[in-house]
Amino acid sequence: MMLKLLVDNQEIETREGKTLLQACLDNQIYIPNLCYLENVERPSASCRMCFVEIEGIKQPVPSCTVQVRDEMVVKTDTPGVRQLQRTALRLLLSVHDVDCKNCHANKNCELQNIAKFLKVGLKPKRLERYLKETQIDETHPFLNHYPNRCVLCGKCVHICRGKHGQSVLTFAKRGFDTVISTYSVTDVSSLACSDCGSCVKACPVGALALKESS
Amino acid sequence: MNQELTEEEKDTLKHVAIKLETFEKHRGNLIPILQMVQNNLSYLPSEALKIVAQHLGILESEVYGVATFYNQFRFHPPGKYPIKVCLGTACHVRAGDIILENFERKLEIPEGQTTPDRKFSIERVACVGCCALAPVAIIDETVHGHMAPSKVEGLILRIKLQEEMEERENKQHEPGQS
Repeated sequence: MMLKLLVDNQEIETREGKTLLQACLDNQIYIPNLCYLENVERPSASCRMCFVEIEGIKQPVPSCTVQVRDEMVVKTDTPGVRQLQRTALRLLLSVHDVDCKNCHANKNCELQNIAKFLKVGLKPKRLERYLKETQIDETHPFLNHYPNRCVLCGKCVHICRGKHGQSVLTFAKRGFDTVISTYSVTDVSSLACSDCGSCVKACPVGALALKESS
Repeated sequence: MNQELTEEEKDTLKHVAIKLETFEKHRGNLIPILQMVQNNLSYLPSEALKIVAQHLGILESEVYGVATFYNQFRFHPPGKYPIKVCLGTACHVRAGDIILENFERKLEIPEGQTTPDRKFSIERVACVGCCALAPVAIIDETVHGHMAPSKVEGLILRIKLQEEMEERENKQHEPGQS
């Protein structure tokens, strides 16, 4: 069944069962997002980027967790929404090394795109910088991981699990220390990491890269 | 986290492997299993994570991910003299972090780890309940209040001397006994 919604005073049509974020993206209405993957039953909603305001709901809500309803009235660019998004972005950048010159994802980076879209400088001044000690994790035979570039969106973990049933990549530790880790390299061979590379493609920033020699 | 297992721990690990069989192979059992392993071995060595992963048919990385999330799991054997440095609110205000740093520097291990001779381990805790004595450190059940960076070295030295004395006494007694 087709549903009609009003997004930023523009009428769009979409199918039932879609998330609000997907419906907007399908209709060329951009909402910043980092952790969203299509067709995931329960979105992690961890990046706190895709906020919108919906008529009838007091607080802004992450649009990836909302199913479209007929006659929904949505605003994507209210001051409240923008403030939440800018704060979330600044927090992400405060734990990011912002060394774009030396990053392979330079100019192809979702963080850069969102910063431009939200008009936030890449080096915010108000927040203290907090970087992890490890610059590159080279323990995996085929992948390099850059913890200080990672936004911990979890896309790579999800994609890997979806493709192989089990995920080689996992979240480890907690809080500021959280990292994406492979921990063990012993059973990697059976998972064909050598010619998969799905996690690298899924990464919205430059936190994962295939080793050059492989 | 790769300290060699002692002979005793290798035996316990075999015992743990047998006990594992009593747990259903269900991923929901992961945390109870890890708790059982830690109860037996008093920490989670990588060898143990491996057999747990094998038992449940999941990857070691997943076991590791879950285990590192929880504060209750440790990956280093507790030292003979565990040092707990309080970083609760009162101790934090009175610079408990500097006390922690001093222990770390003195013993040359980061917080959460154990010296290679397994004598000392450093751990940070959140409030031990005697905030009036802040900053507080607990060494082997003894509470040391009003800690100062200058006291750190003395405390460790005292334990080392005590150890040496005990060893000497044991040696003196041994010939008589045998």
